[in-house]
Amino acid sequence: MAEQDDAPTVAGRLALAQRAGGAAGPVLTAVFALLLGGFVVLATGANPLSTYRAIFDGSGLNWLFPWVSGSARSFAATNLQQTLLLTTALVLCGLAVSVGFRCGLFNIGGQGQYIVGSIFALWIGSSFVTMNGPLHVVLAIAAATLTGAAYAGIAGLLKAITGAHEVISTIMLNWIAVWVGSWLVGQGGALQSHANGASVPISSAVAPATHLHVFWGNPVLQGLDVGFFFALAALVVYAVLLNRTTLGFELRAVGFNPEAARYAGIAVARTYVKTMAIAGAFAGLAGAIDVLGWEFQLGVTDIQTSQIGFIAIAVAVLGRNRALGVFFSALLFGALLTGTSTRNLDATVFRPDLAGNLTLIIQGLVVLFVGADVLMLWLWNRRRRLRVAT
Amino acid sequence: MTDELVLEMRGITKKFPGIVANDDVSLDVRKGEVHALLGENGAGKSTLMNILYGLYKPDEGQLLLQGKPAVFGSAKDAIQAGIGMVHQHFMLIPVMTVAENIVLGNEPVRDGVLLDERGAEERVRELSKQYGLAVDPTALIADITVGQQQRVAILKALYRGAEILILDEPTAVLTPQEATELFGIVRSLRADGKSIIFISHKLNEVLEIADRITVLRRGKKVATVSREGATEESLARAMVGRDVLLRVDKPPAEAGEPLLQVDDLHVFDDRGIEKVRGVSFAVRAGEIVGIAGVDGNGQSELIDAIAGLRKIESGTIELAGRTLEHATAREMLDAGLGHIPEDRQVRGLVLEFTIAENIALHDYAEPPDAKWGWLFPKKLVERARTLIREFDVRGGGPLSRAGTLSGGNQQKVVVAREIARDPRVLIAAQPTRGLDVGAIEFLHRRLVDERAEGRAILLVSLELDEILSLSDRILVLYEGELVGEHGADVSEEEIGLEMLGGRRTAA
Repeated sequence: MAEQDDAPTVAGRLALAQRAGGAAGPVLTAVFALLLGGFVVLATGANPLSTYRAIFDGSGLNWLFPWVSGSARSFAATNLQQTLLLTTALVLCGLAVSVGFRCGLFNIGGQGQYIVGSIFALWIGSSFVTMNGPLHVVLAIAAATLTGAAYAGIAGLLKAITGAHEVISTIMLNWIAVWVGSWLVGQGGALQSHANGASVPISSAVAPATHLHVFWGNPVLQGLDVGFFFALAALVVYAVLLNRTTLGFELRAVGFNPEAARYAGIAVARTYVKTMAIAGAFAGLAGAIDVLGWEFQLGVTDIQTSQIGFIAIAVAVLGRNRALGVFFSALLFGALLTGTSTRNLDATVFRPDLAGNLTLIIQGLVVLFVGADVLMLWLWNRRRRLRVAT
Repeated sequence: MTDELVLEMRGITKKFPGIVANDDVSLDVRKGEVHALLGENGAGKSTLMNILYGLYKPDEGQLLLQGKPAVFGSAKDAIQAGIGMVHQHFMLIPVMTVAENIVLGNEPVRDGVLLDERGAEERVRELSKQYGLAVDPTALIADITVGQQQRVAILKALYRGAEILILDEPTAVLTPQEATELFGIVRSLRADGKSIIFISHKLNEVLEIADRITVLRRGKKVATVSREGATEESLARAMVGRDVLLRVDKPPAEAGEPLLQVDDLHVFDDRGIEKVRGVSFAVRAGEIVGIAGVDGNGQSELIDAIAGLRKIESGTIELAGRTLEHATAREMLDAGLGHIPEDRQVRGLVLEFTIAENIALHDYAEPPDAKWGWLFPKKLVERARTLIREFDVRGGGPLSRAGTLSGGNQQKVVVAREIARDPRVLIAAQPTRGLDVGAIEFLHRRLVDERAEGRAILLVSLELDEILSLSDRILVLYEGELVGEHGADVSEEEIGLEMLGGRRTAA
């Protein structure tokens, strides 16, 4: 055991670097991703600065500047509401991925858990139309959260009992969710709406009484609903759960070192199941909030093209699986998605058909760079050394 | 040995963030000399050698080979300059043959591209004959013993033309017999004019093999002394900076009722191979029972079975009067077992957790640490603060990460946690592995103190010295069976023989 006698251990040094760097790593990662994305923009012949400016404005974040006024301001408000709607779902799905990571699990199944949640919210919301409104909402949300938890719990159980890797099982569960969901809202499906005739593959809408209250903006134009506060509350729940409960203690112990946890008498397999269930609860809640907040009904294409659960992986990774980090990276991706959407990006600045891809590129770069954590730390330390030298 | 200097390191300083690993260290090595580098963990031995081997660049200081300044940008430069290093972990490829491993990186070729296997084997045979290092060039690394693997690593360095050979704690992985053979090899290399730098923290072997000894302490060189006139006591003092009690003082055991009884235990490993084959023994209150054996003879499986971490195939375990069948780890802990696991960094601690969290690793869910699933971090910290003081853990407070502590202090955290639960039976598996003299002294004394408290202590160690100096009774484990049982007065040779399966004194 004499290796690296003198230098602190690797873990120790990493811990030190993380404390020293704090938010530096993730921020650098994001900056580098945006920088490289800028080169892509440049390669297409557009001006990166004006493109990013346009994306920023398109995301509505310019609403935060007091000098934006008049019609620009109300336009910005609408955009920011869109950004925050996406942020809501990304925060919750991001937490679903983060909580897995903290326990040493790679939950790629956020997408499937989100779909299961949204389907159940849709089912409850569009049935029992005579029910008392608030109770109806609570029931829909509870059903979505619990079924999301149960759905993710399957992957946890498979890992606990057979050792099946959660990456494989959650990916498969994603496809099951996508196709069962498509079947349910598709032609002849149990949840398909018959209002427009039987040929449109779209579900019935949830009862108006179940719509979440829109507190900012126009309810008809997808204003921001109270689901946003659910996401903020979930961040607090997440932080408290991890740091102030025995379950969180077990979860973190297993995540850092399952072997030591086992030696300490912690039931590792059971912790995996619980963790996956918690992850699924967050993602299922996201599904419910989207359905009750602004989607109201789901079509086959909605289910098949949704990417929230996958973008959430980048959110979690960039946010370093911490509550505050998840919030800011969810906001970043929410803003990017809104800002690059064809609706918002001026075609004279950057070709809208390329814009959506730019988000994907940045997302990919983020994951790539975070994988290259070491590189980021090296650059960070180099920066310090340069500063000392000068 | 001549007075010709083959290597001089002058005023080497190397800093890492927050630590000066080498502070103005000078070292000279003569041709045909065994030069021991002695120091506690963290004294700077490895850093100094990594600088010599081109892995680190010194911040200050100079390196002279045969009197000429040398600068190494990488290990490759060092190898070309005739420096060879045998790491503690040999860095051999298990699925390749001995000859292939030795020539790897510098292979003889035929027809321009193909490996000349015949030629490689021939070269290896020549080398092994020249230095008296018997190995079979065609054997697979995976099939040969650790001692033989070490010879392969040495041959590899010689094959690359090493004149200065660095051996990093070479005996740490060897049985006493293998260590004796290694010393023979080192002597023949010395006779052949090679210079050997022998890194160690074991005083007796340094006195046995070295011509001169350089002692490092906290990054600084304390002294270079020749073997003549050096004693274990003087070296220990130089290493630690104070007088050290090398022998454990303990009154004879006053053993009471049996607290741990193992009867006809059979345990399989992960691959389904029977590793514990009908083991029976008892450990009584107030005694230390030592289990001696070469690594891999069923020690880990035995301990894991007792600790509820591995399924028991058949047989029974009785702890403090209760027979526990298929108990989980948690149930064993609750029944009064304390367990200092054999690898503190992998099994004993969550390195990313704070000291407080590590100390709470068993009891986090019980008052005062928690209530109804709600954790009270402040209580964890309070409890940790008391234990840190009691067990003299240095280098951090309750909120420091365990990974930032030195090995000795990490082990103190583990021991503090286990003993604070007031266990009836304490398993100590390799409790001092990789620790330095000061920490070993502390832990040994603590184990003897706990014996006096009336705990039944089961000590499992690969260090025969440790078994002999602490145990009241010694059991020898060979291929999953107990082949010997002795009192405390048995000799090292007798046990050594049984460890290798050469004799059995117990059924």
